[in-house]
Amino acid sequence: MGSDLAFWVLAVTAVSGALMVVTMRSLFRAALGMILCFLSIAGLFITLTAEYLGMAQIFVYIGAIAILIIMATMLTRQVEHSNLPSPYKFPAIIGALAFLGVSIWVLLNTQWFLEKLPPIIQDITPVSTSTIGLILFGQEGLILAVEIAALLLVAAIIGAISVAKEK
Amino acid sequence: MNNWLISLDNSVGNFWLQFLIMAVFIIAFVMSSVIMFIWTERRVIARFQARLGPNRAGPFGLFQAIADTVKILTKEDIIPSLADRVLFWTAPAIAFIPTLMIMATIPFMNGFQMVDLNVGVLFISAVSAISAIGIFLSGVAGNNKYSLIGAMREIAQLISFEIPMVLSLASLVIACGSMSLTQIVAAQNVPNIILQPLGFVVFMVAILAEINRTPFDLVEADSELTCGFNTEYSGMKFALLYLTEYSEAVVGAALITTFFLGGWRGPFLPGIMWFVVKMIASFMFILWLRSTLPRLRIDQSMHLAWKGLLPLALVNLFVIALKNVFFPDLSLWISVPVYILVSVLVILLWAGFLRKGRKSLVV
Repeated sequence: MGSDLAFWVLAVTAVSGALMVVTMRSLFRAALGMILCFLSIAGLFITLTAEYLGMAQIFVYIGAIAILIIMATMLTRQVEHSNLPSPYKFPAIIGALAFLGVSIWVLLNTQWFLEKLPPIIQDITPVSTSTIGLILFGQEGLILAVEIAALLLVAAIIGAISVAKEK
Repeated sequence: MNNWLISLDNSVGNFWLQFLIMAVFIIAFVMSSVIMFIWTERRVIARFQARLGPNRAGPFGLFQAIADTVKILTKEDIIPSLADRVLFWTAPAIAFIPTLMIMATIPFMNGFQMVDLNVGVLFISAVSAISAIGIFLSGVAGNNKYSLIGAMREIAQLISFEIPMVLSLASLVIACGSMSLTQIVAAQNVPNIILQPLGFVVFMVAILAEINRTPFDLVEADSELTCGFNTEYSGMKFALLYLTEYSEAVVGAALITTFFLGGWRGPFLPGIMWFVVKMIASFMFILWLRSTLPRLRIDQSMHLAWKGLLPLALVNLFVIALKNVFFPDLSLWISVPVYILVSVLVILLWAGFLRKGRKSLVV
């Protein structure tokens, strides 16, 4: 009962946060709606006993990405009461409608076999942080992928520095 | 009464009872610590500056904070006509609530804690960013130039000092082998301040910047930005921001206690007494810094974060990781003096290096 209630509260706040992002006239409030959405999704992760993932969600998405987006919004002109004008309104509407149609079609035509499985809620053991660490960095883990990602990030940082450096 | 409690215990379950008691306790603890901290700060700073401080209301001026609260409650509540009203109302609450959330994970005594998260350290560093967003919002919502500058400084400090803070916490997690705060306290047979002096220095400076205490109180810098992010606030909303500032100081002192001073552990006295004693000691240290050091400029603060603290935090992480991988059973009598020596050398060398660089660059 309690987890159902938590799910519905978090789901409603997540969806309303996402709606705020696309409907708010002021860019700044839209960024705040995004923070609300991220927070509720972190809450959903926690109700699924994925505490580490929830915390990482808050840490990375709110602590870093949302703040960077807010910084960027503050540096743009006409932050307060306007949508930035765009010449691509009509193609964007067609693209969005096409995407909506495709996703609804996929949702309706997928064979969802979850209800035939026995409920697994009872014997979920929380994934500990050390398990995640072993999967990422262990002997048979994803260490190569992690290192490639690190290399990519370093390349991106060096690129950003060389672009932003004063001549 | 007793039977009723036991039956409640069995029927509703321990969870809600513990939840209720701990929630009341934490709010009461934070509020009473804030009142005592405000009084202590005013008296101690006054002693440092060779004056008396508040001494009229009640014995030793103890009721001064309460008198101030009553005064603030009766003030007119002004909202600027061009302010963003919704954000202006919600921002103080967004800033205040995370401090209570952090206090909920602090172990006051063995087992006396609201929740023992197994991702406690990550939780603390994640939630503290939300508090900074609240302060940023309160600066932006008022539609005032000075508040806006203060708000931008808050974000700049958040981004810069979060990294050394998290790195020093990472070396702590490596050494203690857990992210749970109870486990970290339990692992400190010798307090971490002795085992990781370099990590303590980095964490101390970074937490001072995160809670906006004086060498880093650029966010509200009275002399240049009138009052920074809370310039436009008055009445109860200003009181909430003021409360946020001091409850952040409470949280900062509690974090220093838990991570580096051994938490509730200590001889003779009960655990919670040790916790409070260590908390007051760390707050006194913060006050000492406040009355000694002048405020930094924003560029100096950024230089300190990126060129000073970040390399030191990386060195600390590297050395602690090396020690834990290659010499896990090294005797404390060898490792502690060696590491203290290494820390002092690294700090001195790096400070000299930075000074040389500044002379050549003319910043």
